[in-house]
Amino acid sequence: MSAVPHDGQTLRAGIKPSEIRVSNVFKGYGDAQFRTEVVRDCSFTIDRSKLTVMIGPSGCGKSTLIRLLAGFEKPDRGTITLNGAPVTGPARDRLVLFQESALFPWMNTWDNILYGPRARREVSRETLDMADFLLNKVGLAQFRRKYPMQLSGGMQRRAELARAMINNPAVMILDEPFRGLDAMTKELMWEYYSRLFEETRRTNFFVTTDIDEAIFLADRLLIMSNIPCQVRAVLDIDIPRPRTLIAMVEDDRANEIKMSALSILHEEAMKSFSRGSKAAADFVEAYSKRVSKS
Amino acid sequence: MSAIVASAAQPRPRPGQSIFRHHVVRAVISISVFILLWELGSRLKAPWVGEVPPPSVVLDTWIPLLTDQGYWYSWYQSSRRVLSGFLAAMIIGIPFGLAMATSRVFHDLTFPVFEILRPIPPLAWVPAAIIFWPTQELSIGFVIFLGAIFTIMLNVIGGARSIDVRFFQAARSMGSSNWDIFRRIVLPGVLPSIVVGCEVGIGITWNVVVAAEMISGGGGAIQSSAGGGLGFFIWNSYIGFSYPHIVVGMISIGIAGYISSAIIRRLGLYVTPWLRVR
Repeated sequence: MSAVPHDGQTLRAGIKPSEIRVSNVFKGYGDAQFRTEVVRDCSFTIDRSKLTVMIGPSGCGKSTLIRLLAGFEKPDRGTITLNGAPVTGPARDRLVLFQESALFPWMNTWDNILYGPRARREVSRETLDMADFLLNKVGLAQFRRKYPMQLSGGMQRRAELARAMINNPAVMILDEPFRGLDAMTKELMWEYYSRLFEETRRTNFFVTTDIDEAIFLADRLLIMSNIPCQVRAVLDIDIPRPRTLIAMVEDDRANEIKMSALSILHEEAMKSFSRGSKAAADFVEAYSKRVSKS
Repeated sequence: MSAIVASAAQPRPRPGQSIFRHHVVRAVISISVFILLWELGSRLKAPWVGEVPPPSVVLDTWIPLLTDQGYWYSWYQSSRRVLSGFLAAMIIGIPFGLAMATSRVFHDLTFPVFEILRPIPPLAWVPAAIIFWPTQELSIGFVIFLGAIFTIMLNVIGGARSIDVRFFQAARSMGSSNWDIFRRIVLPGVLPSIVVGCEVGIGITWNVVVAAEMISGGGGAIQSSAGGGLGFFIWNSYIGFSYPHIVVGMISIGIAGYISSAIIRRLGLYVTPWLRVR
């Protein structure tokens, strides 16, 4: 690599186009008669160089799936493969961004970003250049010496994106990363994040409960059933990139996809509603409001 | 002894602030009112405080002591004992606590013994300490050590246990080795709890130094009323019916404990810079 500052191309150059396949995965918790099956016979593919978004009712087992994909836990049955090789444990080729910030509070932004390379003793001129590039990319150049506690919620998420990206994972896994941010920050984060994705075209897997977020970001949308977790429908979001929020609001295709996604989610919610789920009741109410508005 | 596991997350004061702050003014008021009520209670022979010498008399006793070498030697003796017992508790307690927190096997093997020894008050160890240790100084040091070690260990274990599991998952995902995780996640993660443990622990050492010195007879200077440590100073004053001296000794220990905790707090803020920022 040369001394020329990094750009999107050098960032992209290191990425190996990768694909995760989940086949007939089962996962349950608890013993004997108290056992709850959280994931049952779940199969899907996270396509190469695509942003796959998974949406489903809260408590449907999405986070369990993420722990399986990351390798923190093992499935009871079934296989998960990355480029054909089975996933056996956590590794840098599948990095997870958690729901809440998992930045190390005792390290400043710079040290947090360099955590991975230092852990693997891979700090070189190029790594430092890359860290600088990413820091600028996520708009935190002035905050390199700040501790996480001194950053806003949105900044923390961006710092975490940079910390994951410097390790150049084959797949990035994001578990409701923008949950809890206010609406404005959240929308800003969508734009940041989708620009980063468009520049790198790294395989991304993004889990959310927010339908607008899902449609704005996704190439493919996986709609999950209620617990036990299964893929209920797959929608291709064929809206050209780069997308902007304003355009999305007026885009007929986007609204069409949203309505069909909502109706599937509604169906799922109704099923669990009839089983007496409290979360589903909230959803049914929210959905009826949404439908009457549009 | 009470085993206190305090929260490490509580807000701490910033260092380097002006001393003329509201909280300083309030502290001065608090102490002044206390002394005033004490003086009044003592002079008016109020029940309960009537037998206690008033602050003015205590002060009259104290002032000549300030130039007395023996009095300061007592300070030195007690501080030396507290410091050595406390350092021993840190040196043994912190690694032991970390080992218990990080190794399930080690925890299961040592915790039952630890839990049986923990409730035994340091005072109850005094006779055994006198019998088992060859010198009086070692007996005193041992009792002080026992006062601090359990609190330090409990805080280390609690602190290590409360480190967010996602930190470990993130570190592991990014390719950290076990040693790297220990060095860069566990140690800094547990540091605030170590500081809290030490802050509470050093306070307990001052509680214990008195008991240890009273019963061990003041170390090297058994016959002198001074020079045997602050604890012995109190005991000796009691035997000599000098009530104002008892109170001087008590306040001295209070001040010594306060200073020790303040020093630990300062050092603690120095080693945990990320907690200083808001």
